Amino acid sequence: MTTNRPILPMGQRDRLLELQGVDKTFNGAVVALRRMNLTVNEGDFISLLGPSGCGKSTALRLIAGLARPTAGRILWSGGQGTGDLGVVFQEPTLMPWATVAQNVWLPFRLRGQSMAAVRGQIAEALDLVGLGAFPDAYPRELSGGMKMRVSIARALVTNPRLILMDEPFAALDEITRQKLNNDLLTLRGKIGCTVIFVTHSVFESVFLSDRVVVMAARPGRVIRELVVDAPYPRDLAYRTSPAYAAHCTVASEALAIAMEEAA
Amino acid sequence: MMALDRTVSQAEALVDADEARIARRRRVEGVGKWLMPVIVLGLSIWGWDRLVVWNAIPHYILPSPGRVMQTLIKDWPILFDALLVTLQITFMALAVAVIGGVGLAILFTQSRWAEMSFYPFAVILQVTPVVSVAPLIFIYVENRTIGLLLCAWIVAFFPILANTTLGLNSADSNLRDLMRIYGARRWQTLRFLQLPSALPYFLSGLRIAGGLSLIGAIVAEYVAGTGGIGSGLAFRILEAGYRLNIPRMFAALILIAVSGVVIFAGLSILSHLCLRKWHESALKRE
Repeated sequence: MTTNRPILPMGQRDRLLELQGVDKTFNGAVVALRRMNLTVNEGDFISLLGPSGCGKSTALRLIAGLARPTAGRILWSGGQGTGDLGVVFQEPTLMPWATVAQNVWLPFRLRGQSMAAVRGQIAEALDLVGLGAFPDAYPRELSGGMKMRVSIARALVTNPRLILMDEPFAALDEITRQKLNNDLLTLRGKIGCTVIFVTHSVFESVFLSDRVVVMAARPGRVIRELVVDAPYPRDLAYRTSPAYAAHCTVASEALAIAMEEAA
Repeated sequence: MMALDRTVSQAEALVDADEARIARRRRVEGVGKWLMPVIVLGLSIWGWDRLVVWNAIPHYILPSPGRVMQTLIKDWPILFDALLVTLQITFMALAVAVIGGVGLAILFTQSRWAEMSFYPFAVILQVTPVVSVAPLIFIYVENRTIGLLLCAWIVAFFPILANTTLGLNSADSNLRDLMRIYGARRWQTLRFLQLPSALPYFLSGLRIAGGLSLIGAIVAEYVAGTGGIGSGLAFRILEAGYRLNIPRMFAALILIAVSGVVIFAGLSILSHLCLRKWHESALKRE
């Protein structure tokens, strides 16, 4: 947790991961993803934006190693080590029988590290997501937003090179969602993590990311990539700025094309 | 003065008529939950007593509750020894059912092949009435205690096996994915994810199995029949039946029923203690 990587300007970032012509076909018939090329650089905040069925979650599962590509390759610069990856699902996905601290301990526990050895890192991760006061709470005692924060703390506690987020805030109310969006950006500013964020919200993707990858369905594929060059930190002023509105318009248009092509 | 008035009226307003009614109903229900069964039980016993007295029914057909209690006290040494024998079989069977049920469930979830091969056998064992298998068991198994144990086990292990298998398989699929992403080994997924997920299911199976192992033990004793020394409650009931000692039959029956209730209550408390911190079933609703 202590290594805070600086986020370099786009164009100067080292390559972290590359998807080369990745195909995924289910049951030999359903083409979930066709020839996806994507280069992920260190410090990127990439949103995969698209309608349902566009393969954005499939792409995430492939990167996470939960499924193998039918064709193509996924290459990690310098190879993939344990703890290189943190994942946040749409659900908080916490173990209900374990306390908040024990849930965040899980990635370390699986590597055989005792709670005592990593207590500091767990506390640090919980502080980062604003839950420093709740290490001993059980998930059921927390609100939906707080559970999601625990999930984020678990994803970043190992200081991973890449964090995958699969529509993490989709099930939350709008107010909580905006708060978590702001906090996520603050968090990223602090620890300089690389994020791939799946969403179906144009506004969320433009607010959060510096790269928006627009995808279309049937077959799932990338149709466009937009660069959102607004500087971080982004806040309410950005959310209401003409630049934000302009980026949203471009992204919406790209999404509209994606929908047409699918139809 | 004005301010004071307002606080008073606010305090009154906190408990309006509707809230007061709900609170009252909750209190009444709280008392009734305990009181009602006691009243109904008391009335039934009183009705039983009146039935016997008013119709002058002889005790060798239907003894009065008082007479049953007297017999229970008088025959306590015999009945208590028999109870111990039956309970011993019951608890041993339950213990073996837990080991066998959980062990098989873990084997089944670790190996699809084992599950495909052996699950049908578990079902066959379960659906075949133990009464019909027991005579064969007592032919092949010399040792009577082991025979009894085997019968009780056959009845008791299936709910534990079925429930624990279901529990081990119902671990959250996202958490499974997470385990894979973090490179968890098989035993780690079992230990940290599947076993805790299965705990509520296992405990619910255990409560059923507790009652069933008692039933299994009693049924097996009936089939095993004689033996005299070291005989359980079922044997005492059979024996008392031959001698038309109806009060003793009732007394033994009461002991069996009470044992069953105590076992169920004990396992329910165990279940509550294990789950109270996190599981929906054990949480108090606001």
